[in-house]
Amino acid sequence: MKKQYTVSVFTENKIGLLNRVSIIFTRRHINIQSITASESEVQGIHRYTIVIEENEILVQKVVKQLEKQVDVVKAFYHDNDQLIHQEIALFKVPTNSLAGSGEVEQIIRSFNARILAVHQDFTIIEQTGHKNETQQLFADLQPHGVLEFVRSGRVAITKPMKELKDYLAEVEFASDLQNTKNYTNGKA
Amino acid sequence: MKTEVLEKKRSMTGAEAIVHCLLKENVDTVFGYPGGAIMPFYDALFDFQNDIKHILVRHEQGATHAAQGYARASGKVGVCIATSGPGATNLITGIADAQIDSTPLVCITGQVASKLLGTDAFQETDVVGISMPVTKWNFQVTRAEEIPVALAKAFFIARSGRPGPVLIDITKDAQFGSFEFEYEPCAKVRSYVPEPLVEIEKIKEAAHLINNATRPLVLFGQGVILGDAQEEFKTFIEKAGIPSAWTILGLSALHNGHPLNVGMLGMHGNYGPNLLTNQCDVLIAVGMRFDDRVTGDVNKYAKQAKVIHLEIDPSEINKIITADVAVLGDCKRTLDLLTQEIKQNKHSNWLAQFRKCDDLEYQKVGKQELHPSADKEISMGEVIRIVSDKSKGNAIIVTDVGQHQMVAQRYYEYTKWRSNITSGGLGTMGFALPAAIGAKVGAPERLVIAVIGDGGIQMTIQELGTIFQYGIDVKILLLNNEFLGMVRQWQELFFDRRYSFTEMVNPNFQHLAKAYNIPSYKVEQRKDLEGEIEKFINHRGSYLLEVKVGKENNVFPMVPTGASVSDIRLE
Ligand SMILES: Cc1ncc(C[n+]2csc(CCOP(=O)(O)OP(=O)(O)O)c2C)c(N)n1
Repeated sequence: MKKQYTVSVFTENKIGLLNRVSIIFTRRHINIQSITASESEVQGIHRYTIVIEENEILVQKVVKQLEKQVDVVKAFYHDNDQLIHQEIALFKVPTNSLAGSGEVEQIIRSFNARILAVHQDFTIIEQTGHKNETQQLFADLQPHGVLEFVRSGRVAITKPMKELKDYLAEVEFASDLQNTKNYTNGKA
Repeated sequence: MKTEVLEKKRSMTGAEAIVHCLLKENVDTVFGYPGGAIMPFYDALFDFQNDIKHILVRHEQGATHAAQGYARASGKVGVCIATSGPGATNLITGIADAQIDSTPLVCITGQVASKLLGTDAFQETDVVGISMPVTKWNFQVTRAEEIPVALAKAFFIARSGRPGPVLIDITKDAQFGSFEFEYEPCAKVRSYVPEPLVEIEKIKEAAHLINNATRPLVLFGQGVILGDAQEEFKTFIEKAGIPSAWTILGLSALHNGHPLNVGMLGMHGNYGPNLLTNQCDVLIAVGMRFDDRVTGDVNKYAKQAKVIHLEIDPSEINKIITADVAVLGDCKRTLDLLTQEIKQNKHSNWLAQFRKCDDLEYQKVGKQELHPSADKEISMGEVIRIVSDKSKGNAIIVTDVGQHQMVAQRYYEYTKWRSNITSGGLGTMGFALPAAIGAKVGAPERLVIAVIGDGGIQMTIQELGTIFQYGIDVKILLLNNEFLGMVRQWQELFFDRRYSFTEMVNPNFQHLAKAYNIPSYKVEQRKDLEGEIEKFINHRGSYLLEVKVGKENNVFPMVPTGASVSDIRLE
């Protein structure tokens, strides 16, 4: 059964790597719903947060093929229950739509959104939340005129507690052939 | 005489540095083709002709296949060189072939100067982008000082773990730039795990399954050869007494005459191992990846069996066939550990079932194919049988793709390790002629026979020029059925004999060979066959032997696409 999964890919910071990562999805005809790249808490390690809708078995195979890439340190997948995730949306509305009845301000308040900038002609509203929330705000604002709307890709933090640096240490240990050759019974 | 290899730091150009990196990696041969963007390198190479043999191929695709043949015959990394743009794009087929067949290659391409990147400069092509899906790793160098580290990594990545092709694209200004050269071979890349850690628990679980199996079957692939695990593999199957069948890339990892060798898997494989895959109780896959040509319909594949998968690449586990026990690691090590845990065993009755299938297959297929009656046209099988006899199974057989490939692999009696070089995963027509050149260069003491169809030979026939120029002793066996035989066979069986564009009007191959000063002969009658094959094999130097074989002969057995392996057809 298809379900939404978030794939987190931790990589070296290399030119072209985004291409190498996305090929793994596109060659299997998987549509990427959103993708975000940023630094991670470990210096020099970047993370991609990729949202897809697929069945779990396939996602497992994709994750292994991602990890197989030389410059990929580690890849994980999680379903939405295992994540805290957010997206950010920006809306450009005519400033004069805020005048008068106060209806727009009402909407902004009820969504916990905030006004980011006010210009003579336009006002920028920012909202952080899940996609359904930003989508709803968009729907509610639309009758009042939305000049521009943009939403970021998902950023997500996982609930499991193991730290990236511990995974890194494991990978680095295993990257040394001397270690792999001597390793037996769960211990080096 | 070896030019002294540098020990200390020395100022040099990027182009010279490439040469010195190759020397440091003990590269003795490269296959290449020059052009504008790689000229600085070629100029530097000019002074090192005694240290590095450069073989000028006739098309860059030939360079990749030759490097593949070299790598597969020698166990070393194959190196090829090309210029930017068309030179680089011509490499792609060979790189893709090396990727899917896990062949270690380092491909070095020239690139336009870094300030021209992205401007559609003359002969600029984004080869890093193009080759990304078909390389294990690739990298673009824009500064001379990056060259040693990039090439050291390239060789390490290409040969370590599951091997594969690596491409390094070097801009012209990086080749011209000077820097202080220093070389440190690469021993590790922190984000890359060449060999997963072995879990002893899994070895124990696997041993338990094997010890309790009554009808175990081993399937072995190229992992055994790549892992250099010939002895470990033999010891393992002998101790457990398990019938063992090969994929076409695993062929020659185990002597064909070994009593436990039960033959070939897959679409045109042997009857026994295909049929009995669906009767075994434990299936032990060693260094193979369950290609669809091997499994047929996966939903009807070995459903009754527990599956043990010994594999170096974690992404192969459960990719096609779910493993009950996955034993990750280099099979040289895991086979050894597994052998220690298993008990001595024999499965005589089970083995006898394979032999019974062999008899049936021989009656229905082998007999006519290997010894056709006098009224029949020459068959590919009888040619291979005689070649096998006359060469005592000692040759390296390099095959192209098609019917002749299947027949050569089915009927040549391989006795030696690393003796089957073929394009398995990609099925690249045109592979054999250049790959045979590389194989001969990589294993000069071996007899190298290229078995090729009339279609495939014309895809890379220009490499006759390379054979001619360097006097490379490649025996070319051309099995001419005047058809794209394998496709014609499918048209006959599955498309109502509608032979849509598969008939070939061929040139006079003797005249072609003559143009390159390669002696040749065309056999059209059975009575000449044996004598001519004898001459062919004993000839010193390259030789083209063309044999006119039955135009509409088919290769059997056959597992039709989408059918189960146990639905294998004998006729
Ligand atoms: C580059 C390439 N193009 C097309 C094919 C499809 N194909 C597979 S086998 C075959 C026929 C090969 O004919 P030939 O070389 O004469 O060998 P035969 O099968 O007759 O032994 C073709 C066209 C291929 N494998 N590779």
